Amino acid sequence: MATTTAPTSSHRADVPQKADHRPDRNYRRRQRWGWLFVAPFALIFVTFLILPLAFAFRMSLFTNTLAAGTDFVGAANYVKAFTDPIFLQGLGTVAKFALIMIPAQMIVALLAALVLDNLATWASKFSRLMIFVPYAVPVVIGALMWGFLYSPRFGPASNIFNLVGLAAPEFLSQDNIFGSLVNIVTWQWAGYYMIIIYAALRGIDPGIYEAAVLDGASDRQIAARIKIPMISSSLVMVIIFALIGTLQFFTEPQVLRAVAQGAIPVSYTPNMYAFSLAFSYSQFNYASAISFALGIVVFVFSFFFLFLTRKQSGLK
Amino acid sequence: MALGTETPQQQAGRRKPRGTASRNRARNGGPRIGSHIFLLILVIYFITPLWWLTVASTKDTAGLFGGSGGPLWFDNEFHFFSNVQGLFERQDGIYWRWLGNSFLYAISGGVGATVLAVLAGYGFAKYRFRGRTAFFGILLGAVMVPLTALVIPTFVLLSEVGLVNTIWAVILPSLLSPFGVYLMRVFAQESVPDELLDAARIDGAGEFRTFLQIALPLLRPGIVTVLLLSVVGTWNNFFLPLAVLTDPLLLPVTVGLNGWTALSNAGSGGEALWNLITAGAFISIIPLIIAFLSLQKYWQGGLSLGSLK
Repeated sequence: MATTTAPTSSHRADVPQKADHRPDRNYRRRQRWGWLFVAPFALIFVTFLILPLAFAFRMSLFTNTLAAGTDFVGAANYVKAFTDPIFLQGLGTVAKFALIMIPAQMIVALLAALVLDNLATWASKFSRLMIFVPYAVPVVIGALMWGFLYSPRFGPASNIFNLVGLAAPEFLSQDNIFGSLVNIVTWQWAGYYMIIIYAALRGIDPGIYEAAVLDGASDRQIAARIKIPMISSSLVMVIIFALIGTLQFFTEPQVLRAVAQGAIPVSYTPNMYAFSLAFSYSQFNYASAISFALGIVVFVFSFFFLFLTRKQSGLK
Repeated sequence: MALGTETPQQQAGRRKPRGTASRNRARNGGPRIGSHIFLLILVIYFITPLWWLTVASTKDTAGLFGGSGGPLWFDNEFHFFSNVQGLFERQDGIYWRWLGNSFLYAISGGVGATVLAVLAGYGFAKYRFRGRTAFFGILLGAVMVPLTALVIPTFVLLSEVGLVNTIWAVILPSLLSPFGVYLMRVFAQESVPDELLDAARIDGAGEFRTFLQIALPLLRPGIVTVLLLSVVGTWNNFFLPLAVLTDPLLLPVTVGLNGWTALSNAGSGGEALWNLITAGAFISIIPLIIAFLSLQKYWQGGLSLGSLK
């Protein structure tokens, strides 16, 4: 390393970049500064990530009842969690959401990004911003807004459907609430994913597909054969974001619960279940076990997905 | 594939030839009407709810239920200012307190998280200290830990030290942003050349001064991106304040408005605050939308940074 850099700049010979093999005391001493830079974050990381996790894990190994006090029960809470029909049903619900909602968001985001990448007009710039704007709206406000729009009392649905002589669907009924939630999440996040994908598309060297253009390839072929494979690492990242977000689904159903009376049970998703266990029933030990179990499920799924896509993401 | 990790400068450099290429293709392929229609449909879909909210914020409760203009157009009467006045009167103007709390939490949590992320990202990128690889590996794993899974344990921990129901219960956990550290590390690696740092050291600058005067200006686009992401994250946060705050005077606007909605939906026993909810929601989304629109040249490049290497 030092020999290759020495000719270009004289001072670099005595400040080697990767000098693990060189006993340079100045260099070695300087590396300790790294810890000083990292230390403030490390403190927060330990206090608000490692410590709560360890604490939750410890709590999850005990039960606390008024009659018997605190008892060590080992893995009993986990056995209970993974055989608890309410928790399993919640997991099933978020899995179903993941299967429908993530593709829905990806299709909208990817199509929009590909179309925008081919245009350089005033209208396309404007559209890009407008598609992104919902990301700047807090999730609670987004869900409240859609709650109003879905509502038969306030919403425009009946006006719109009456125009074509149809009755408006009951968006907030038990049968339709799933699709209504998918729509809210897609509206809220597709623009954000679109921007990430779009930025990755802009990063491709256009020289790469100029040859394909000369050979008469259509936009569609270029998109499918060149652009999408080139941005696969960004796509993997976006899907991971969406997956982690979906499995911890909480805010939207929690907010819509108040509007859609009876359509969303209090334990609809695992996070909602943990929340009600903790704050309505004061079962903090079991709630910790549920939180921890959910954390493990999310972690395992994300890792599994990264493993499956290691070729696309370049994480070989 | 390192595509996603380019600095905005590199991208800007490449954009030039690109513009002419796509213009040529546009010339060959016509004005692309189909693409524009597709975009128009998308824009209508994404904008309609916000348009509805804008219109709704100018109506009183009767207008919301069945105004002259329908849900998607203005009424004959304009009630926006009386709604704002209602927000000042309701519970002594608690709405404005909520909005202030949201600002306090988002700015202190967001700025704090960004400062920590910039320092740590730079440390990881530019120093080879002992334990670096192990710590960074744990950090990458932590990106995949769902933060909501930490809410209940954090609540229990905070209540042990008596911090529940204080502003610290929201601000301190918001400082945690493993993803921000990851972004800043990637960004520092790409945009701060070692040669420049070495030159500053040769000139006698200390490590911290080198960071402040040489690295920090180069990191600016990345810093804005991480700042926006963490401010939005804190501003959006619902689960954490819902769990750790019960004092109505400490709530952020999201939790407060959600409470009003639950109250208004409670039926006969509840009070209908619909006009205050729509006006309050409308006012609360304006600051972030303005921030995003005015800072777009920074975050548009920066958001692609997170792609896996």
